[in-house]
Amino acid sequence: MKRRPARWILFLVGMVYLLLHLPVLILVVFSFNASRYSVRWTGFTLDWYRRLTERGDLLLGLERSLLVGAVSTILATGFGTLLAVALARRRFRGRRALEGLLYLPIVTPEIVAGISLLVLFVAVGLPLGIATISIAHIAFNIGFVAVIVRARLEGMDQSLEEAALVLGADELTAFRTVTIPLLWPGILAGALLAFILSFDDYVITSLVAGTGSSTLPIVVYSMVRRNIEPSVNAISTLILLVTSLLIWLADRLLREQPLAVARS
Amino acid sequence: MKRLRTTALLAPGTLWLGLFFVLPMLLMLGASVLHRGVYGGVAPGFTLEHYRRLLDPLYLAVLGRTLLWALLATATCLLLGYPVAWTIACSRRYRTLLLMLIVLPFWTSFLVRTFAMIFLLRDTGLINTLLLRLGVIHEPLTLLYTPFAVLLGLVYGFLPFMVLPVYASLEKLDPALLEASATLGARPAAQFFTVTLPLSLPGVIAGSLLVFVSALGSFVTSDLLGGAKQVMIGNLVQGQFTTARNWPFGSAISFVLMLLVLVAVLASLRLRSPEPGR
Repeated sequence: MKRRPARWILFLVGMVYLLLHLPVLILVVFSFNASRYSVRWTGFTLDWYRRLTERGDLLLGLERSLLVGAVSTILATGFGTLLAVALARRRFRGRRALEGLLYLPIVTPEIVAGISLLVLFVAVGLPLGIATISIAHIAFNIGFVAVIVRARLEGMDQSLEEAALVLGADELTAFRTVTIPLLWPGILAGALLAFILSFDDYVITSLVAGTGSSTLPIVVYSMVRRNIEPSVNAISTLILLVTSLLIWLADRLLREQPLAVARS
Repeated sequence: MKRLRTTALLAPGTLWLGLFFVLPMLLMLGASVLHRGVYGGVAPGFTLEHYRRLLDPLYLAVLGRTLLWALLATATCLLLGYPVAWTIACSRRYRTLLLMLIVLPFWTSFLVRTFAMIFLLRDTGLINTLLLRLGVIHEPLTLLYTPFAVLLGLVYGFLPFMVLPVYASLEKLDPALLEASATLGARPAAQFFTVTLPLSLPGVIAGSLLVFVSALGSFVTSDLLGGAKQVMIGNLVQGQFTTARNWPFGSAISFVLMLLVLVAVLASLRLRSPEPGR
């Protein structure tokens, strides 16, 4: 397509981009504002960032989020990658059912996934905490990783794997020394996105966290609900900074198969 | 020769999803037909009272509101998102940048983005402060905790879900088809409605499904931007598991929500498959 959109369309599109990005930019700018109560600009300060370091609950929440993020990312990436390999390279019965099983968690409302897990954990008597949060995060991330890695695998040249097999490598060796290294960028991108989803999740986490194991989003949520201090702006800015970096990195890794297409 | 067995590839992921996605759903369905436990949880005995209770006008209103808002949000996202997707597909030089600017909010913290909306809309927020200082208004407008705020939040939150699939299908569109229709005398408008739009329909359907389903199950947007008055299904479910401590009723609502999602998914699959070449 190489037509030029009409002026009014370009104008509309410009407004949409403003709607998408202006609120966040404003939020970031005011995290440096000296005034506590008003949105009048009264001077530059880093005070709100300094105050974050004094909040034990935020630091503790961050620690938990990083732990859950790491554990759930590693396991979900492992499981998801194996599923992706099976879907892209093998024939087996129940393939359609498996595709449905991967797709369903993606469209399932988080609130439904969250309370159904809560019912399960309570039914089997598993105490709510870091473990149950991690279990939940693995469950909702497997599908995302599988979809991204599979797209990468399907765009990959199979002749190298075949060459390895012809040259006498057994299947495990070929997988370990050829497929995985070639697939590495896709796996890493999948892992980064899984980490972001885990790190940002509020709804499911809040339902299966119980008391006393609030992750970062849960702490931030309660700050947002009380919503007075500009420290909320500061912590929001930091979260945005970290996740944007990770997204940018994931997008680089998936250059031939951009993120945009991978998720839709 | 060592062979990587397909079962070994499939087992960990399928088991996990079976145990922690399918099984919980079944338990939830089970809980929805049991009696209510005194301190939360469930008590034995089969009953359909929780589904009957959903027919109470109070809850039907929440159901209706949620459906209406999800539909409105989907329509608005389509009207705003289609031109964006089209512009990205048309552009050469800025395509990567424009796309990245859609992908970024797609993945960044939903909570942070919703807070950004609060920061703009609240009584002491930027919009009210500006309008007051400009003398346009003398008292702050109530923007937050209104239906308008929730709808704005839904559109703002889920717009990228529409743009990306529509873009993906527009990108695949063969320019030769447009040239052919132009050669045959189609004006731009006719061209759009007879060639571009029908061929991008799969993207439109996929995008609409994603927005609709996300809006249907949304919790954070209505909780933070709507407050206590603008309750959606998701908030109703959460309330039953926290303050109201009526797990079976919460499970029943949740199951109905899941059914609505499944209906939407099946409808989109049916819409997409039958007539590829019209």
